[in-house]
Amino acid sequence: MSQDLTYRRPISTWWWLRKRTYFVFVMRELSSLFVAWFVFFLLLLIRAVSRGEAAYEDFLDWASSPLAVVVNVVAFVFIVVHTVTWFAVTPQAMALQVRGRPVPAPLVIGAQYVGLAVVTAFVWWLVLR
Amino acid sequence: MADSITLRVTRWRPDKNTPPGPQEYDVPLRKEWTVLDGLNHIKDELDQTLAFRWSCRMGICGSCGMNVNGEPRLSCGAFLTDYAPGPVDVEPLANFPIARDLVVDMSDFMEKLPRVKPWIIRDDDVTEIDGEYLQTPEELDAYKQFSMCINCMLCYAACPVYGLDPTFIGPAAIALAERYDLDSRDQGARERLDVLIEHEGVWGCTFVGECTRVCPKHVDPAGAIQRYKLKAAQENVKAFLLPRGMR
Repeated sequence: MSQDLTYRRPISTWWWLRKRTYFVFVMRELSSLFVAWFVFFLLLLIRAVSRGEAAYEDFLDWASSPLAVVVNVVAFVFIVVHTVTWFAVTPQAMALQVRGRPVPAPLVIGAQYVGLAVVTAFVWWLVLR
Repeated sequence: MADSITLRVTRWRPDKNTPPGPQEYDVPLRKEWTVLDGLNHIKDELDQTLAFRWSCRMGICGSCGMNVNGEPRLSCGAFLTDYAPGPVDVEPLANFPIARDLVVDMSDFMEKLPRVKPWIIRDDDVTEIDGEYLQTPEELDAYKQFSMCINCMLCYAACPVYGLDPTFIGPAAIALAERYDLDSRDQGARERLDVLIEHEGVWGCTFVGECTRVCPKHVDPAGAIQRYKLKAAQENVKAFLLPRGMR
């Protein structure tokens, strides 16, 4: 009965443009696509390497074409958005305790950047060694 | 400072066949007046037909939630001077069906809340005659934050997931489930998890975080939901890896 006597407001397709926080959220969700793109890009690279020098050179040519560079620059910006936003919300999702005391949020966030730096340094060393 | 401010209030009556629309009222702009004071002024002096919910005027009862300039707020805590020179849009809480003017129909939440069993569940048959359950201050601190919820529905109005998919059980219900799970006297975590690991449960949440931002009581429902996801995921891994006896 009461269902008939209420008014349901339609939700606009553009609801995520109404508030800055909604927009940032949608950009964070969108950034996952670019994470997937980099995984795909890496797989293409590995395939090219496995097929020998000529294939690798072709891959490098393709990867340095203006279109590929633009796509990768945009993808990199979204990867940064992805990383920064997810690192920022981690303390909320993980209530860490050490000896019965909650670990302060900046420490949790900071630890992730340290982890990122260590992994980056290792990969850097692996590639340039 | 101007001595009045315009409130653009959404009006809708179930017996009229027209969509909701704004109606403007000029109310006195006083330093100590909130949006709710403005609405009460309208009701007392300008237009008796305006319908809205309110009770305590001090952010405790959770009745007067409205969208003020598009943001879910307790109207008793939204000061008019913060919106000067106006006009101020006063709309019913988003994502809920309108019952009349600023009054929304919350029966959906009323149906969902008991599903998470927000009460203390015990395996034993201990009654009050056997004495009270004792709790240390640390044990109280573990759930206190989540017990501050006043069911004001601002989190549901802020949640785009709930707006787009009303089957989502929603921020406050999950935060209240967490409140009882973290209570040292409670033994019902398993029963609640069965409800919350469904798709309409915690996994519906995409961590927009708006529920936590608008919560007037700093309950942090978004945090509660993510922690629940972690728990649910751990249960899944355990169920997969460990023999029955060790879970």
